Amino acid sequence: MKPPKPFRVPRGMEDGKDHPLTLKLREGHAEAYIGATLFRGDLSVHIRRDALLAVCRFLRDDPTLDFDYPIHMTSVDFPKDRERFEMVYEFFSIRLKHQIRLKVRVPEDNCEIESITGIWVGANYLEREVYDMMGIRFLNHPELKRILLPDEYDEGFPLRKNFPIQGRGWRDTFEFPR
Amino acid sequence: MTVKIPQDTEPNAKNALPLLRTEELLLNLGPQHPSTHGVLKVIVTLEGEKIVKCEPVLGFLHRGVEKIAESITYNQFIPHTDRLDYICAMYNNFAYVRAIEKILKIELPERCEYLRTIVAEVQRIIGHLFWLGTQALDIGAMTIFFFTFREREVLLDIFEELCGARLTTSWYRVGGVERDFTPKIVDEIYKFIADFPAKIAEYDSLLHNNRIWLSRTRNVALISGEDAVAYGLSGPTLRGSGVDYDLRKVSPYGAYDKVEWTVPLGTKGDTYDRYWVRMEEMKESSKIVKQCLDQLPEGEIRAYLPQVVAPPKERVFTDMESMIYQFKLYSSGFNVPEGDIYCGTEAAKGELGFYLVSQGGGKPYRLKIRAPSFIHMGAFDHMAKGYMIADMITIFGTYDIVMGECDR
Repeated sequence: MKPPKPFRVPRGMEDGKDHPLTLKLREGHAEAYIGATLFRGDLSVHIRRDALLAVCRFLRDDPTLDFDYPIHMTSVDFPKDRERFEMVYEFFSIRLKHQIRLKVRVPEDNCEIESITGIWVGANYLEREVYDMMGIRFLNHPELKRILLPDEYDEGFPLRKNFPIQGRGWRDTFEFPR
Repeated sequence: MTVKIPQDTEPNAKNALPLLRTEELLLNLGPQHPSTHGVLKVIVTLEGEKIVKCEPVLGFLHRGVEKIAESITYNQFIPHTDRLDYICAMYNNFAYVRAIEKILKIELPERCEYLRTIVAEVQRIIGHLFWLGTQALDIGAMTIFFFTFREREVLLDIFEELCGARLTTSWYRVGGVERDFTPKIVDEIYKFIADFPAKIAEYDSLLHNNRIWLSRTRNVALISGEDAVAYGLSGPTLRGSGVDYDLRKVSPYGAYDKVEWTVPLGTKGDTYDRYWVRMEEMKESSKIVKQCLDQLPEGEIRAYLPQVVAPPKERVFTDMESMIYQFKLYSSGFNVPEGDIYCGTEAAKGELGFYLVSQGGGKPYRLKIRAPSFIHMGAFDHMAKGYMIADMITIFGTYDIVMGECDR
């Protein structure tokens, strides 16, 4: 496998490597850190997939970070990239009032990532939604199945970019009373 | 010598007493149940009347709004936000346009900020009135439903005067609002705010010492502050557990930092506390509205940014540049720089957030809606376990759940 490309801050964004939260995170888990960006005051830290659980536990348990509130998590599809999916996690600390966004890349051929339900219980439904919409599997998730779409839905994962907006024809097979 | 004691669980034990067969009962509640506030189905495992496990089945109202957002321009998505939480459409518009304004770095005129805050708080009062009426109706107190809907009607008439619609309002615009207040609207809001404390006292007199209300809400659906935070609950559901987290105070927007108000907090985290928090919030909201109306400055209602905000109609008809801007804006939308932001807003139900990824151009690359109702449903099993089947309805109601927002 090719070594990953060095991290490059996208045009229009600032480098977030000197942000106090980034420094703190790098102190604890230097091996997980890939890069950080700062855009409109939002700090995003890119980390390695295999270190996700350790970093999340560190973010929650370290008293100077104390990220106790999972705001949301979602995924974004970048079909042209080498690692196609990006998991986005957003955490907030109610006591210390700071916010961080973690970004983890997931490749298409090995489309799975550790579940963080064991750290924040609220992640359960959000991860199910990501699985439902984008097809990323979560390891050690208590109940990984579709949530918004029906269980028998068989057209794939609708929020992937190669899914047509009008669907794949399943709806046309419905019989509606006329 | 060992004596073999017959086990009465053994199927063939001869000496066993005849036992009544007990087993868990699986019950489908919904999706056509009137008190599920839309179409929610819950598969409940019951032991007698006690809830052992609940499994909400969501998605009956799933419309793929996030996918639709990727194919239309930013302005075209505003009416779609009305249909998320259709009880509080104004607040959804507000949350959405705030996200776009954050990524575009738009500074708004002061009058616009005040107008937005007033309408948002009026919408919060409507949302809480609706909640109070339906929650009490679900529990069995019917009278209060008529009372709250009487007041809600007055406020909806004000909205109709303001933007022509009562529920699907679409009044907020990126970089401003659609229309200014008329003197009649200002008078009517003033009049409503003056009467409102007496109305709240009236609701209180019906519920505050009502024994049925107390026994149905006290110690029902308890959730501790730590659990509520770990589940990601927000809004009155979180503050009922005593957690001080209100985005209007944490990261003030609009005119919330220019007026005086407090965040009501519960202590125990039961349904009664959440009811109390919402009642107090209505009082705080009317305080905010009153102060904002008193301070309401004169000025523009939209930022001057011709490439993003539609120019006024009279200028479109008289000056060519404005017409070009208008044409560009309505044919291809405005450009949003590359990047991603998250912007949370304290809606009536909780934190309504938009996570927006832009790759330039006039359409979002990805728009994720952090809907409070969806996240509240994640805690449903935890909060309903151990209570009676009749309490289920109370627990639905206590989240102030709206399925349009939950299923998106």
